[in-house]
Amino acid sequence: MSQPLHMSMAKPKTKSRAQAKMPRAARAAAQSSNLYEGMVPQARLKDKDTYRHIVSLLVDNEAGVLARVIGMIAGRGYNIESLTVSEVDRELHLSRINLATLGTHQIIEQLKAQLGRLVPVHVVRDLTDEGPSVARELALVKVAGVGDKRVEALRIGDIFRANVVDSGTKSFVFEVVGNTDKVDAFIDLMKPLGLVEVSRTGVAAIARGAAGIDKASAEK
Amino acid sequence: MAGKALTAERQGASPDDGPFVGARILLMALEEQGVEVVFGYPGGAVLPIYDELFKQNRIRHVLVRHEQGAVHAAEGYARSTGKVGCVLVTSGPGATNTVTGLTDALLDSIPLVCLTGQVPTHLIGNDAFQEADTVGITRPCTKHNYLVKDVNLLAQVVHEAFYVARSGRPGPVVVDLPKDVCMAMGHYTTAPRGNLRNQHKTYRPKTKPDAAAVAHAVALMAAAKKPVFYTGGGVINSGPKASALLRELVELTGFPITSTLMGLGAYPAAGAQWLGMLGMHGTYEANLAMHGCDLLINIGARFDDRVTGNLKYFSPGSKKIHVDIDASSINKNIIVDIGIVGDCAAVLEEVLALWKAHPRKPDSKTLRVWWRQIADWRGRDCLHYEQRGKLIKPQYAIQRLYELTKKREPYITTEVGQHQMWAAQYFRFEQPNHWMTSGGLGTMGYGLPAAIGVQMAHRDSLVIDIAGEASILMNIQELSTAVQHHLPVKVFIINNKYMGMVRQWQELLHGGRYSESYSAALPDFVKLAEAFGCAGLRVSDPAKVDDTIRKMIAIDRPVICDVVVDQKENCFPMIPSGKAHNEMILGSREKAGKAITGGGLALV
Repeated sequence: MSQPLHMSMAKPKTKSRAQAKMPRAARAAAQSSNLYEGMVPQARLKDKDTYRHIVSLLVDNEAGVLARVIGMIAGRGYNIESLTVSEVDRELHLSRINLATLGTHQIIEQLKAQLGRLVPVHVVRDLTDEGPSVARELALVKVAGVGDKRVEALRIGDIFRANVVDSGTKSFVFEVVGNTDKVDAFIDLMKPLGLVEVSRTGVAAIARGAAGIDKASAEK
Repeated sequence: MAGKALTAERQGASPDDGPFVGARILLMALEEQGVEVVFGYPGGAVLPIYDELFKQNRIRHVLVRHEQGAVHAAEGYARSTGKVGCVLVTSGPGATNTVTGLTDALLDSIPLVCLTGQVPTHLIGNDAFQEADTVGITRPCTKHNYLVKDVNLLAQVVHEAFYVARSGRPGPVVVDLPKDVCMAMGHYTTAPRGNLRNQHKTYRPKTKPDAAAVAHAVALMAAAKKPVFYTGGGVINSGPKASALLRELVELTGFPITSTLMGLGAYPAAGAQWLGMLGMHGTYEANLAMHGCDLLINIGARFDDRVTGNLKYFSPGSKKIHVDIDASSINKNIIVDIGIVGDCAAVLEEVLALWKAHPRKPDSKTLRVWWRQIADWRGRDCLHYEQRGKLIKPQYAIQRLYELTKKREPYITTEVGQHQMWAAQYFRFEQPNHWMTSGGLGTMGYGLPAAIGVQMAHRDSLVIDIAGEASILMNIQELSTAVQHHLPVKVFIINNKYMGMVRQWQELLHGGRYSESYSAALPDFVKLAEAFGCAGLRVSDPAKVDDTIRKMIAIDRPVICDVVVDQKENCFPMIPSGKAHNEMILGSREKAGKAITGGGLALV
């Protein structure tokens, strides 16, 4: 790469979401050959395709920690689709940050390493790469309309198992929960039916299985 | 702040832990952290701290003339001693003036703790007089920063700041201190001892390398035919032990070694296996060895763009090993075969142990072929210049300075530009921690305050700032600091009346249109020195260079030595921007102009 890193990241060769899923074989290879820290297979780092990753962090919930994470991301030119943050352990003052981001493997590895060197960051995990995980987001979707459109909106809401959390004679507010694709699809369907506005939480994600995020790498 | 966790640890506190006033607690914490010297400048928000400084004599305060100078001085102090440098400035402009120095320390991984005053907590956010959002402004230019809001947490935060500054990849840490916190009464907490767990809740950088990675690296080394060591500032930062281990490993393996600008001195320039510095203005043999090697062993360097040239053509035929304490340096610019996260000394120790036990060693015949190739490259004598005529060649001035001072093992600092590269090329360093220069950020004005910091730590040593006439004016006010504190630093100005490196690039890339690079209306440096209470010397005759240098070292006061040199001289060899190591040019100006084309023009 002769360009500075941020230039190549500003315009990634984005694949559609369906394509962006990593082939299973590549995923298995990525895990098995991860022999030691700092060792990432070269073929993987040289892969120029862009993938969508969800990266989860456990951080000290101290003043400025979010600014530190966001400032690093902005300063180094990373591409962030979604970011959520909330305290998850009151006793230990820990917050969890979930990032959804697009990039090549090399960019994601670099992002993880850069996040890892921030002093209040305890754990950085790539939920997309390190085994199966679930990701959800919630959206509040306001739709205004009367007559057939109003009935159709309600019917589609049912299909998506969206809850109506506010209703007037001319509008609904739906609460829809699911992965990003599902929420996107719901919003797309509402557009011709009188979509007014959308408020989304961004992605919350967690690994499947019994292990917690801080078990494997409690020692940073 | 994680208040509960921190105060809970105070339960075992001894009865003599207070209460004290906050400013006193701060000084107690500094003292416990081994701080002997603070570089600073007073102001409204730090008056309580200065009042406490007045009442004691264990910590010395060096009054600078500009806060940027304080940070560079602390950098010089830190880099020449291996300790954490300490800075104390006031709020607002005091804090913002440190930003260049902090960024410089961040890029060169220099451990610093910078204490900044702040307006009282109840005024924060009110646009109070001399208020600035110091933690906000310094967040991207520090390794970490703190705002202390509770006097009872003050000592703990200061201890933690020192731990963070010196651990892992070192760097600058800011502690922002509101005035009311410094004036409040509170309790002292002693520094946590022993277990790293007590130092910081979670920050424990990895220093021990992975054994599998080291074994893999040693196997590659044993099989190498054309290996080269490429070492950097990480070896210096790791401490004298790392340099000693590096020397042993280089000798045992018989491999050639080159180093970055920041790593000079880790391996002695007099060593038989030394190829000289590499990179944009590195030697022909070092760059060609990097290009032609089959195994590149990077220890504590970061594949900086000044070193690699065009990444696409960088060392194309080699396997690459990268040792770095910062995992984010590995695979950032160059994708390597083996990444080893760890402290240089710890890694070198394990590599040495395995190397000694390894059954297979590189074939001495093939190594000899490699060395013959290197001897060929060395034969080009890429640093050759001719001192002829009535003008002093800048290279000659620096070479004579080296020859006439080497016995005294001087500490050398530099500003930034041509003189810096000539100093790196013609001054030869035998020991680590004797070379202080602004590598990553390239900060003009670094050298004089850094020299002051070095001289504070090494009162009886010879400290020389090799400077340019443009750079030196950026922090010339610090001469006053040197005079006040009886610091006999020597400022050796390579005066070509141009911002030389700017002029060189304008000559090579912009058709010789020297836009704003001529140093018009220069002061008379001899009179300037005298006005500051220093000694001033000038030399323009090549025959008098030696005498002037001797005179300069003999003066036990700060000296400015104005060396009037050939204005037209350029810094060679040079890898034109956008080119590969094997496309370096050795001195022909015409070729250089044609060499930089297309994308290379846009690079810096």
